[in-house]
Amino acid sequence: MRPFHYERAATPAAAVKMAGTTPMSPDQPSVATPVQYLAGGTNLLDMMKIDVMRPDRVVDINAIAETRHGGIEVSDDGMWLGALARMAEVAEHADVKHRFPVIAQSLTLAASQQLRNMASIGGNVLQRTRCPYYRDTSYAECNKRDPGSGCAALGGFNRMHAVLGTSKACIATYPGDFAQALIALDARVEITGAHGHRSMAFAELHRRPDDEPHMETRLAPGELITAFTIAALPWARRSKYLKIRDRESYEFALASAAVALDMDGDIVREARIALGGVATVPWRASAAEHEIQGKRLDERALAAAAEAAFADARVFEHNAFKIALGKRTLTRALRETAAMET
Amino acid sequence: MTSDVQLATRPADVSARDRVDAAKNLVVSFVLNGKPLSVAVAPTELLADTLREGLGLTGTKVACGTGDCGTCTAILDGEAVRSCLMLTAMVAGKTVETIEGLAGESDIHPIQQAFIDTGAVQCGYCTPGMILAAKALLDENPKPSADDIKEAISGNLCRCTGYTKIIEAIDKVANAVA
Repeated sequence: MRPFHYERAATPAAAVKMAGTTPMSPDQPSVATPVQYLAGGTNLLDMMKIDVMRPDRVVDINAIAETRHGGIEVSDDGMWLGALARMAEVAEHADVKHRFPVIAQSLTLAASQQLRNMASIGGNVLQRTRCPYYRDTSYAECNKRDPGSGCAALGGFNRMHAVLGTSKACIATYPGDFAQALIALDARVEITGAHGHRSMAFAELHRRPDDEPHMETRLAPGELITAFTIAALPWARRSKYLKIRDRESYEFALASAAVALDMDGDIVREARIALGGVATVPWRASAAEHEIQGKRLDERALAAAAEAAFADARVFEHNAFKIALGKRTLTRALRETAAMET
Repeated sequence: MTSDVQLATRPADVSARDRVDAAKNLVVSFVLNGKPLSVAVAPTELLADTLREGLGLTGTKVACGTGDCGTCTAILDGEAVRSCLMLTAMVAGKTVETIEGLAGESDIHPIQQAFIDTGAVQCGYCTPGMILAAKALLDENPKPSADDIKEAISGNLCRCTGYTKIIEAIDKVANAVA
């Protein structure tokens, strides 16, 4: 690992202030940002060990977990999750499991117990792609690491790569699980930075690669995620995360679906669908939602939803199977969610 | 918490930063296997390396180094973690347990004994991590189901046993302490 200067911050304001003393360019690749916040470290330190991320300064924000931002607050109106809450704390929280099951399931299925004990939920949503060409600096071509250098995955081994939201510049898959659950529950993300606090729909946080795959999120340099908020919407309780992978533990999704349904008998009153493992960003499948809203969830509606979800899919040499797998993952998740007792 | 870490002055340039790094400029105080201690480390130093190289506690293994295999498992404030993906600086003020801390003065830990009795050890490389994952589980949930046990060790790879004997050993301890 390359040397860096280490500092600690005990509050979000202190962290942002520390980060702000280094000039940072807004269009710099996210891997090249000279200051990085360190929470659980499970992704950042891995990325630093393989020399993809090379921060000059690391601001350890773990002490913020001692504040409200390390906690979980549940009320009748919904839930507030501090960004420094650990994946395990959220996944094992009784109210989360009962009232927002898709959240708990996505976190449990995301990583081993040891990693869940360490990793913060704020860091989790920012984890970097597992694209092997991005992670291996011996490949010069990676537009995410080095803008304009090309994409080795396009002509490489791309079985694990995305079929939705790709561009000519990048086909790397967003690797996480929790983010899809947040989208299914219309979560918002709270952010603090040198210019104050702001919040946005979580679904807006990640940017599709287009011709700037090095710009992964809408966070400005030095901005810090402080919390997620989730309203107690009618579809929160009837929600589920289904993850399909090559093996049952510590593996990333080939295809996954976060589904939340508000049912009136067997009619879908409202639906939320987010897909993982198949897209470049946490992917809201709005067209699929539209196909089942107001309808009986029969085979025809399920097939229409699956068709709509992948209508714009684009496959590469080794990943054509992801369309069929993604459709089946989605229809199974919808069936199982509709059948839930709530 | 910041009092547990003494920070060096901010380096003025890259070469100065390299010198500061090599100089092991952080003093980190924590409790290791019941005993308070302080170590001087570079900011880049990983907990697994401090344990193995700095303190000679080689029961903690490093295999993959990427957080996948679980051989580097340690218990931090009661929870199983990966010591290969954690800076030593991050354990300041905390409590760390390694496999070396489990045995008492005269007896080995019941989980260790159960692994021996059940034949849950073959090459032994995963064993410290498995036992610590099991301890973290049983400390929190003394009567785990078979699924709880499988879940707790699902982040620990064993390429010899097929896991059956390991699950049996952990189940045996859970039943014995009833």
